[in-house]
Amino acid sequence: MDLFLTQLLNGLVYSVLLFLVSAGLALIFGLLGIVNLAHGSFFMLGGFVALSVTAATGSFWLAMLLAPIPVMAVAGLIEVVFLRRLYARSQLDQVLLTFGLSFILTDVTETIWGKGLSSLQEPQGLREGVSILGNVFPAYRLALLAFGFICAFAIWLVLERTRAGSMVRAGVDDARTAMGIGLNVPALRTATFAIGGGLAALAGVVAGPLLGVFSGIDVEVLIPAFIVVAIGGLGSLRGALIGSLVIGFADTLGKAYIPGVSMFLIYFAMIGILLVRPYGLFGQDPAGG
Amino acid sequence: MLRLENISKAFGSLVVSNSVTLDVTAGQRHTIIGPNGAGKTTLINQIGGQLSPDSGKIFLHGQEITRLSAPLRARAGLARTFQKNTLFQALSVFENVRLGAQAAHGRTYDLFRSWRSDTGVLAQAEQAIEQMNLGRIAAQPVGKLSYGDLRQVEVAVALATSPTVLLLDEPTSGLSPSETAQMIDVLRALPREISILMIEHDMEVVFSIADHITVLYYGEVIASGAPRNVADDPRVQEVYLGAPQ
Amino acid sequence: MTSMILPPKQPAARRFVFVAMVLACVVLSPLAVLSGYGLDVITEIMIFAIVAVSLNLILGYGGMVSFGHAAFFGLGAYATVLISTRYDVSPWLGLAGGVGTATAAAIVIGAFCVRLGGVGFFMMSLAFAQLLNSGAIKWRPLTGGSDGVGGLLRPELFGFDLSDAGPMYLFTAAGLVGVLLFMRMVIASPFGHAMVGTRESSLRMDAIGYQTRRIRLAAFAVSGAIAGLGGALYAFYNGFVSPDALSFGMSGMILLMVILGGKGSLLGPVLGAGLFLSVKNIVSTHTSHWLLIVGCIFVACVMVCPDGILGFGKRLFRSGERR
Ligand SMILES: Nc1ncnc2c1ncn2[C@@H]1O[C@H](COP(=O)(O)OP(=O)(O)OP(=O)(O)O)[C@@H](O)[C@H]1O
Ligand SMILES: [Mg+2]
Repeated sequence: MDLFLTQLLNGLVYSVLLFLVSAGLALIFGLLGIVNLAHGSFFMLGGFVALSVTAATGSFWLAMLLAPIPVMAVAGLIEVVFLRRLYARSQLDQVLLTFGLSFILTDVTETIWGKGLSSLQEPQGLREGVSILGNVFPAYRLALLAFGFICAFAIWLVLERTRAGSMVRAGVDDARTAMGIGLNVPALRTATFAIGGGLAALAGVVAGPLLGVFSGIDVEVLIPAFIVVAIGGLGSLRGALIGSLVIGFADTLGKAYIPGVSMFLIYFAMIGILLVRPYGLFGQDPAGG
Repeated sequence: MLRLENISKAFGSLVVSNSVTLDVTAGQRHTIIGPNGAGKTTLINQIGGQLSPDSGKIFLHGQEITRLSAPLRARAGLARTFQKNTLFQALSVFENVRLGAQAAHGRTYDLFRSWRSDTGVLAQAEQAIEQMNLGRIAAQPVGKLSYGDLRQVEVAVALATSPTVLLLDEPTSGLSPSETAQMIDVLRALPREISILMIEHDMEVVFSIADHITVLYYGEVIASGAPRNVADDPRVQEVYLGAPQ
Repeated sequence: MTSMILPPKQPAARRFVFVAMVLACVVLSPLAVLSGYGLDVITEIMIFAIVAVSLNLILGYGGMVSFGHAAFFGLGAYATVLISTRYDVSPWLGLAGGVGTATAAAIVIGAFCVRLGGVGFFMMSLAFAQLLNSGAIKWRPLTGGSDGVGGLLRPELFGFDLSDAGPMYLFTAAGLVGVLLFMRMVIASPFGHAMVGTRESSLRMDAIGYQTRRIRLAAFAVSGAIAGLGGALYAFYNGFVSPDALSFGMSGMILLMVILGGKGSLLGPVLGAGLFLSVKNIVSTHTSHWLLIVGCIFVACVMVCPDGILGFGKRLFRSGERR
């Protein structure tokens, strides 16, 4: 029973991390129509910047606050300098561009911080266990859960309650209408790409104590995040949420209870779901819509 | 030749085909008219297999094709044009038309022979090109053509599949008067072995080609018959004179 | 009548002799000037050229963006090594088995992938390659896990020992030339045209009577078979294969080669493979910033000449002509 609860918690925690990464991926696809292969790099960068910040200040909280900022700047710059010129081109070109950028970001990261596997320390006060109903849970993971729900709620609030948010939801289809009612679409695109990158970086920071910070984690995170958005439906935030839960639990519980096939489980989940719903759970057929 | 029985289709709460029943007899020049958004294209899409009806049946040569996929309908002799351009942009006019001919007669899964070797397909394609008087632009890439030329290539590709029933979605829309006249001539010259079901807005075109007219209004057939009778039908006059067109 | 519409045919016989002579010179000259190491480098380039050509078939002509082509390359390599070493049969049987396995896998995986268009296809192909990659890591007893498997010894061919650089080079060159000739034929075949039509507009292809899914699947299978051949040759070349051959990075590298050289042309991917591996070999001996340089070249390529070096060259040539 204990063990099972712990697994459930771990599954939820992994889901939260996946959601932070894939929410940005989904937002970016929704508004910019781009499959961002550099998204894992933003995650990795966040972790490394956080390492530096904690080394300098000793504060994890400060790292959480500061690390996403340079990553958002990099992401924003990428949108302005490169992506902006490619919206008229094929989707392939955009995918390839972000792929090339991920190479560059990996090299830059390794040059500054090295490849080394290092781990972020959990913040003071969250290193102990907390006992609830006779079960002891690691405090950091519980805090992470709470943080994840706060983030999800905040994203939802912004999307539902602000004008810019409703624009992001409406997506690129209505870019012209948006211009008509005075919304600055280019700025909105830059902001979305930057914020998506920032969310990934934030995920990289909070994942640091659990997964470590190392070169190569970009791909390790990118692929499950892709699977999440493929399952949920590209561009759908609700899809990203549900997909994160599906993959988070499938992976965690699979590793615990059926270790032989756990590595394949998330792929089977994706293939199975796409067989029944080719555009994901909440996705729409681009041709029919 | 082609028969629709009680075809109905709705997009959400919007009914675009309301129990449409319609007969295209052998050799007929059947025209569908109706105001914008009446559901004409949607109807053609259901006949062609691009959309499936919610209910009702479609027959081609007496065989039910309601559940048949679009390519199999095409092979059964049904060809169509599109209102919006969906031609093969990167290919030349000739290659576009040739692909139409190859679909019907060619060995598509033959990897080991040049496309030039299939003389039957080439002849078929050339015939379609000549029928549409496209010889002068045959070598040009479709992506560079004028709108008027595109409409003609549309028809040529469909003809190249040697259909028995030809569905045309507004073949003259956007054409200049002289291009329209040309299109009328070409369509009138088509042999009667081909039955035609055509959507058309231009009444001059309708009256110079059609021997049967069906009027569609909000997804419903409100009149169907010989051109004179339909033109005199009070409901049709009401729709066309009452509603601003 | 025909001449009006069709481009004129080239005089076949004279052209053939000319092409054959040029080919012979290109293939034979490295034998005269290069050492064993140099030949090895070119052999590797030619192997990846074959794989890039195979991806180009579905990407450039079929319009299917696969991010999982390493699956067929890796499967071909694994099957070749495993069949030759575990069952102690001739590596030639291993090679045949490698191509067969890759083809069979391409038919199965393709059946899933071709149902989806665009991004869906991309994701699905990626997922399958990752699945196989995980399998290779996990299934230790068969695949040796992340250490990989080795021990394949190159066989003899017509009395020449392929363990020597020269014969292996010639054998691979023959493979590449064969693949290119085959590709040339496929592109000009009714099937090749149907593939391009499907790329341009599958809606139209459907409407005129082509079963586009089947066409895409057939193309995918042929492409997988050629990639499998590349993998089998790689197994010969390396004697060893590890999960890297099935990795995300490998899929990306193959894609890079095609894009760099120019998709949708016969020789573009060959050029791309040559350029990519040459730059890699040269750069990585001088600096550790290999990724940075590849990344920059690639970004520049996508921004400035999306149709690759070959397309860029053609454009230059044409604008020169106009002046
Ligand atoms: N895929 C779809 N989803 C939802 N509504 C659709 C879809 N396709 C068409 N419609 C709607 O169905 C109605 C009929 O469309 P349709 O294209 O059949 O009209 P039409 O008679 O061909 O008009 P036009 O003369 O402008 O070509 C329109 O109101 C259109 O907006
Ligand atoms: Mg219409």
